[in-house]
Amino acid sequence: MTVKYTKDHEWIAVDGKTGRVGITDYAQLQLGDVVFVELPPVGKALKKGGEAAVVESVKAASEVYSPVTGTVTAANDPLADEPALANSDPQGEGWFFEVELADPAELDGLLDEAAYRDYVASLG
Amino acid sequence: MGHDEDLKFTPLYDLHRELGGKMVPFAGYAMPVQYPAGILTEHKATRAAAGLFDVSHMGQAWLEGADVAASLETLVPGDIKGLLPGQIRYTLLMAADGGILDDLMVTRPLDDADGSRLFLVVNAACKDQDFAHIATRLAGRARLTRLDDRALLALQGPKATEVMARLGPAANDLVFMTASPVAVAGIDCLVSRSGYTGEDGFEISVPADRAVALARALLAEPEVSPIGLGARDSLRLEAGLCLYGHDIDTTTDPIEASLAWTVPKRRREAADFPGAARVLAALKDGVARRRVGIRPLGRAPAREGTAVALPGGGAVVGIVTSGGFGPSVDGPVAMGYVPPDLARAGTAVDLIVRGKPLPAEIVSLPFAPHRYAKA
Repeated sequence: MTVKYTKDHEWIAVDGKTGRVGITDYAQLQLGDVVFVELPPVGKALKKGGEAAVVESVKAASEVYSPVTGTVTAANDPLADEPALANSDPQGEGWFFEVELADPAELDGLLDEAAYRDYVASLG
Repeated sequence: MGHDEDLKFTPLYDLHRELGGKMVPFAGYAMPVQYPAGILTEHKATRAAAGLFDVSHMGQAWLEGADVAASLETLVPGDIKGLLPGQIRYTLLMAADGGILDDLMVTRPLDDADGSRLFLVVNAACKDQDFAHIATRLAGRARLTRLDDRALLALQGPKATEVMARLGPAANDLVFMTASPVAVAGIDCLVSRSGYTGEDGFEISVPADRAVALARALLAEPEVSPIGLGARDSLRLEAGLCLYGHDIDTTTDPIEASLAWTVPKRRREAADFPGAARVLAALKDGVARRRVGIRPLGRAPAREGTAVALPGGGAVVGIVTSGGFGPSVDGPVAMGYVPPDLARAGTAVDLIVRGKPLPAEIVSLPFAPHRYAKA
């Protein structure tokens, strides 16, 4: 399993041709209390960097972008019922959707954990 | 917080940082939007116990002059002459065309035997222009003195009185919308039984150099949590209270804004306030839009700017002016403007959220019942 990160604070955990996507702990801290998520329907075609989901905190709505190009194979319905999972377990039970990768080579352009940690540190 | 240097600070800035406040620019000030507990927890703590808010960015001033109430009545539609010593009134600073320049609290101080002094509290974002407007319009009749050397704290929630019983028991003799000098934690303050959360509570005007001591004394009480602007906004929205610049502004008149109650009979009959022509016409002939509560039926919040449409994906007929998640309601809540024939509670509308019509219902305000300490 490979975990990669975007500068928009999504993570993708890849197992074979499928990646599970969510927001990082840094993202959930910045958002504050998550009260609503809108997940993509299964079968939806996603583009790398394109809008895939919406996460709303008490204060504001934010887009979640797909780290890769591909097709949605699953949405985390329990998260839709209990949006606070995005705060309490963002990289576990609070995942957003799964995507079948169209081009695994796209992963090479994403940050690994160390690079993401450095990136977040640079944000101050 | 790289931009803090461009901002103004309240006397509690360092305390906010110490408490872990996430500081954001607001009305030119660096203010805490939330503390580590988060907006949901802070909101619920205020409704269940007591929250302490720094509202020092708001403008405080004395207005003084012979027959000062009559002078102020030339700028606002409220009954200022009728204020008894110690009474507070919510009123509106009006433009000549009937638009609203700001909303404000006016207090006649308890010791004002000769009727020559009023205490004003105005919104932070409007205070410079409000004070200039008042000083200019009332030049020769009344003198405005800004109180930039005073801070303002709000203690709100059902347990605020338990806190005051220990720190400033005389405050609990006040009823809603009255004020009195009270020593709180040994500090001489002007305490009002008022606030903007829908809860019982107090607003405490304190000399700036004693503000930190007062805040620390209040926060040391077990019922009190520090509350940021995020929860202040969700609390006032659930309480159905207008936020200036959002729910009311220079384009809205008080009748459209469902604030007709701020224009009493005497002022309607005299028609002697700025914008009276528009306000009286609106009362007589009706308005084209009205401020209402809107309850999205799903879980998705509808934010400020969201279009309100006829149900079934029909024409856009209105707009959300405040919207978000109501932690006490445990769901999305909003306020906005719709045509009067849609303003009745129970009317179905759609909200256009991210291009999709979502079902919603017009509801009576407030979303969370007011719990003021009425006489």
